[in-house]
Amino acid sequence: MTESLSPDVWIAVRLTIDLAAITTIVVLAIGTPIAWWLSRTRAWWKEVIATIVAMPLVLPPTVLGFYLLVLLGPDGPGGTIAGLWGGRTLAFSFTGLVIGSVVYSLPFVVQPIRNAFEAMGERPLEVAATLRASPWRAFWTVAVPLARPGFLTAAVLGFAHTVGEFGVVLMIGGNIPGATKVLSVAIYDYVETSQWREASILSGGMAAFAFVVILSMILMQKRAARVGK
Amino acid sequence: MKGAGFIAAKFEGQLGSFTLDAEFTVPASGVTGLFGPSGSGKTTVLRCIAGLHRVPNGLCAVDGEIWQDESSFRPAHRRGVGYVFQEASLFPHLSVTRNLLYATCGRRPAAPADAIGFDEAVALLGLSALLDRAPDRLSGGERQRVAIGRALLSQPKLLLMDEPLSALDAETKSEILPFLERLRDSLSLPIIYVSHDMREIERVAKHLVLMQSGRVRSAGLLNELQSDPALPLAAGQDAAVTLDCVVSDYDAAYGLATLAVDCGQFFVPMPKAAIGSRQRLTIAARDVSLARERPEGTTILNILPCRIVSATPAGANEMVANEMVVVLRLGADGTGARLLAHVTRRSWDQVFRDQTKLAEGMPVYGLVKSVALLPTPSAPSTARP
Repeated sequence: MTESLSPDVWIAVRLTIDLAAITTIVVLAIGTPIAWWLSRTRAWWKEVIATIVAMPLVLPPTVLGFYLLVLLGPDGPGGTIAGLWGGRTLAFSFTGLVIGSVVYSLPFVVQPIRNAFEAMGERPLEVAATLRASPWRAFWTVAVPLARPGFLTAAVLGFAHTVGEFGVVLMIGGNIPGATKVLSVAIYDYVETSQWREASILSGGMAAFAFVVILSMILMQKRAARVGK
Repeated sequence: MKGAGFIAAKFEGQLGSFTLDAEFTVPASGVTGLFGPSGSGKTTVLRCIAGLHRVPNGLCAVDGEIWQDESSFRPAHRRGVGYVFQEASLFPHLSVTRNLLYATCGRRPAAPADAIGFDEAVALLGLSALLDRAPDRLSGGERQRVAIGRALLSQPKLLLMDEPLSALDAETKSEILPFLERLRDSLSLPIIYVSHDMREIERVAKHLVLMQSGRVRSAGLLNELQSDPALPLAAGQDAAVTLDCVVSDYDAAYGLATLAVDCGQFFVPMPKAAIGSRQRLTIAARDVSLARERPEGTTILNILPCRIVSATPAGANEMVANEMVVVLRLGADGTGARLLAHVTRRSWDQVFRDQTKLAEGMPVYGLVKSVALLPTPSAPSTARP
């Protein structure tokens, strides 16, 4: 079966995993400070920021993709950045895909981490402060370990959601094998060209992946709830 | 006063509908009780001292170090306080040992470089069997002991305790109180101890700050505030004075110790007592009667010559509305320790009616029916005639 699938499939699988892994790392790095700020600030406009972060949840991916295309394209800031290394645009590139995926997956990462930070309350950080810990040390040695279940959920959701994205990729990535042609786009391609066997194998694989991800997340949360008692 | 040797605090601020306007100065040594009804602002004051809460108009100086004034605010982690919360609040992801060593980042403090060493704290609080456990495998009392140890091992200049026993049942309380007493007696660490339970304060505190609806009603020595008729403590149902005594004699045949205080002595049954050791007594106002002449042929053990300092009818709203609150000082010349007596107005009139005006310093005898020894509250040793 492996031999009979075209090498294109494996290139797409590899690309999808790379994209999801890099996106997860970047989105955790960006989402954690946002989640921390949202959970601790008393600024009245914090829910405005929270709403902006959450908008990809309800926006059609094509709308998101359209704006990203404008921003990443040759006439937007993305073009300027690409110009730094002699490129013309960030659209239709792997970098562009990572940027798009980060924006698209951000709400799935910020929400669980914010919830975890809020659930722990002020007390552990106050205890840390009375034990001479600077806010920086308290964050790394108390807040992050206590929010671990939130981080796990965030990482799994961020990864899985990036694997499953389609609309945004199609808008800003196009369909370049080895650069932007991820699994979901490949399936679309196979259906368009009536390659039903490939399409059904990949779709089945994706369904199995989604099942495993969600089941393991539920089990993880149950375990975390037990340990947290 | 911002000088060395004192804790000076002054906090003004509005917290929702609650107005805080508290100011006091107490010595930076021994245990100071912060006492008042719930909602009087005790915890808020403690949080302000710790730097966990910031009121705009605040002043805090501890032993010559300014922690907060008009222009500066030192954050909590640079104040050198230890804080014991009502709930132990151990870090659930760390073992007992790593909780204890959190402040020193894993380094084991050792005397004499540190004020209290790891082994000393473990011994003082009886933690040696718990060190490898996770916090969720500890009982409530064990958790609170670890929390106290953790605060001590941060080598604080001031230990703040916010109702550390109130979340515990009576049995666990009496398990922890002896540890607190050992702490007080073996370390030269100033402690501010918040409680709404006068019994706890009587056991551990030397000084008292009395709070009422966001204000400091009075601050001073515990037994002076207990016996001040202007304060609500003296007219309370459980009014009492606490006296620090020294064992001066022990009669093994009767199992009776003689405890000496300023200008007086008490006979107290005790299973054993080392001469020269210190004991704390609480004498409830309702257990003290008065007589103008020394009574003969009575089984009351403790009859002490004293002089009346003041006699005030309790206010109509007090729990003891029909009683007189009488403040006494021990000794024939009335210069010794203070004692408090509640007597009914009728007996007061019968005995003292012929006194047209009560001469301050009138000599009387205080008849003490019962004396409670404080270090063993689980089985209070009381002397009943």
